[in-house]
Amino acid sequence: MSNATLYSATLGRTHHRFADLKDVLAKASPRKAGDELAGLAARSAEEREAARLCLSELPLTLFLEDLLIPYEDDEVTRLIVDSHDAAAFAPVAGLNVGQFRDWLLSEAATTQTLRALAPGLTPEMVAAVCKLMRNQDLVLVARKCEVITRFRNTLGRRGHFSTRLQPNHPTDDLRGILASTLDGLMFGAGDAVIGVNPALDNVDACVRLLTLLDDLRQGLGAPVQSCVLTHVTNTVQAIERGAPVDLVFQSVAGTQGANAGFGINLALLTEAHAAAQSLGRGSLFADGQGGMQRGQNVMYFETGQGSALSSGTHAGLDQQTAEARAYAVARAYSPLLVNTVVGFIGPEYLYDGKQIVRAGLEDHCCGKLLGLPMGCDICYTNHAEADSDDMDTLLTLLAAAGVTFIMGVPGADDIMLGYQSTSFHDAWYVRSVFGYPPAPEFAAWLDSAGITRAGQLQLPPIGSPLREQVRQLGAG
Amino acid sequence: MSESPKVPDLFRPEDLTPWERLRQYTDARIALGRVGTSLPTAEVLKFGQAHALARDAVHTELEVGALAEALAVDTVVVRSQAAHRSDYLRRPDLGRTLHPESAHLLRVQRSQPPPDILIMVSDGLSALSAQRQAAAVLHTLLPGLHAAGLRVAPVLIATQARVALADEAAALLGARLALHLIGERPGLSSPDSLGAYLTFDPRPGTLDSARNCVSNIRPAGLNAGAAARRLLGLTVEALRRGLSGVELKDSDGGLGGGEPDAVREPQRPRPASD
Repeated sequence: MSNATLYSATLGRTHHRFADLKDVLAKASPRKAGDELAGLAARSAEEREAARLCLSELPLTLFLEDLLIPYEDDEVTRLIVDSHDAAAFAPVAGLNVGQFRDWLLSEAATTQTLRALAPGLTPEMVAAVCKLMRNQDLVLVARKCEVITRFRNTLGRRGHFSTRLQPNHPTDDLRGILASTLDGLMFGAGDAVIGVNPALDNVDACVRLLTLLDDLRQGLGAPVQSCVLTHVTNTVQAIERGAPVDLVFQSVAGTQGANAGFGINLALLTEAHAAAQSLGRGSLFADGQGGMQRGQNVMYFETGQGSALSSGTHAGLDQQTAEARAYAVARAYSPLLVNTVVGFIGPEYLYDGKQIVRAGLEDHCCGKLLGLPMGCDICYTNHAEADSDDMDTLLTLLAAAGVTFIMGVPGADDIMLGYQSTSFHDAWYVRSVFGYPPAPEFAAWLDSAGITRAGQLQLPPIGSPLREQVRQLGAG
Repeated sequence: MSESPKVPDLFRPEDLTPWERLRQYTDARIALGRVGTSLPTAEVLKFGQAHALARDAVHTELEVGALAEALAVDTVVVRSQAAHRSDYLRRPDLGRTLHPESAHLLRVQRSQPPPDILIMVSDGLSALSAQRQAAAVLHTLLPGLHAAGLRVAPVLIATQARVALADEAAALLGARLALHLIGERPGLSSPDSLGAYLTFDPRPGTLDSARNCVSNIRPAGLNAGAAARRLLGLTVEALRRGLSGVELKDSDGGLGGGEPDAVREPQRPRPASD
């Protein structure tokens, strides 16, 4: 079949032609401000449905042949192609995109079959199928996936729900960051990571923050990991200086050009991954065969739809497809956590609550299908048409979908980054409605430290280690 | 006068988070109390009020006449190609380009010799910021620029503007340097914060890395006088060395602890305030 026939569809009496596979994917996407800004979106609702129809009939194998960005031009494409596991792909190799959606919703797709399938899926395949899925499909399919990772605790178990404690401060004031951290711990937050976005981008500042958080962790005996979300090259330098680095953070994107805009490439990530693993700072866990194994998931990645377009490096891809390719970068390094920062980028990419909700569900589902421990920074800026109610909607949907973790920001107000995310209280809303506890080791620690009793939040007794930390800081 | 009824202890949500003393170290919303595990009414209302102020700041129109009066200097009013706020928010490219009528106006205004400096004051993402902070900055800055012997073009007041709009205007007037005072993206606790972007050799297509930024100009942040002094220092230095951006250090230090803000590598895809 020629491309002209392949990339076309007839709706009623109108025959719609699409330029190429990228064009079909972009026009089949739900309406997003960023795709419109890029001039890639469907020009009418009818054209969008024609593109979805066309997409539904394309064979999954096509995505292995008609590469969206040429192999020789882009190292992310090379990573996707070279790491594709044909044997894992075999169970769905005969399906087209529409049949793949049906298969994912059917009884054939179980937690076990999806785990085995993940290495056989490419980002383009999962991006494509998501464009045919309603929000409830994105919830249901993601919910089937279970992605478990370990460093000092076990994240991602079915029916569990974790939080990143995000104690940012506009000038990296150590006592200010400690105050927000203690506030979060008193609320039982932080099992995914205690992670600070530094205001200052230098290694000295990062080492000070790493030391502060590591001292606190050891003082409390808490099974948690910490992270300073600075550029990967800063973290590598911090490791060389002997700083207590648990996790390596980096923003990643789905094209080589966008990653260059972040000042990274795959070789740099490989080097940082090896450096962090060599520290052996993870805890020992039973490996299920009578032995012990160290928690070796040491990477923390952040992504978000629109990041490639914002640096003009989207290579003609719609923002959801570009985002899914970022997950191929992430999975090459077996991360502990991947966080799609969904509403941070602004209304020129995701205009309102509806678009933010949709993007959050897409990202979570795509990441989970590709085998990633997906969390979501459920968030918005003040120039987006969104508010706390939209965040509650996305939070509830993602909790139903089994999201691995969300952010915990004091009062949902990040005073450093200037946007609104989710709060410690929000996490308890999910625990109350869905009955999800945090990571098992962390839940046990919370009970032993008196922060919870039988999983219910309480004020720790006077004189207990955390209460004592609070008292000492308060006394100045 | 009867005493008001005693509030039962049950309704003191802050008793469950007795660490309000930690607020001395941060403006973060800590020790908020809890009802069950939810946010108490008072905090829900405070958050709603802060968000309302920030939302209104984004959507309030610049009062051009009042601003011109407050600036008390020669001004020229221009606008970008974004006709409405919704266009402006969806299409940053339109906010970076002058409306053809405004471009024509500047072309005919071009003087010989051309000015050294073009100053633009604009709404950006918060008209309140320009309305409240710009006049105080210019009242200190303009005498300093004149004293340094620099030729300053009439101040442009621009609506629906992004940072780069000043580049095109400066290029049309032949100015060597553009200084753009623009409303910053409103934060929950700072709806009226002004940013100042300084660009040497401004022209359409100038990269953001070629700019210097002095941000958080507001009474509770960097006050107008201090901002004006930093901008004067940066302007004189940029013109002397013939550059701006990452290579131009801000001698007064500043928010970045001595690093110009433009050097800070955003470790998240940031919402464009530009």
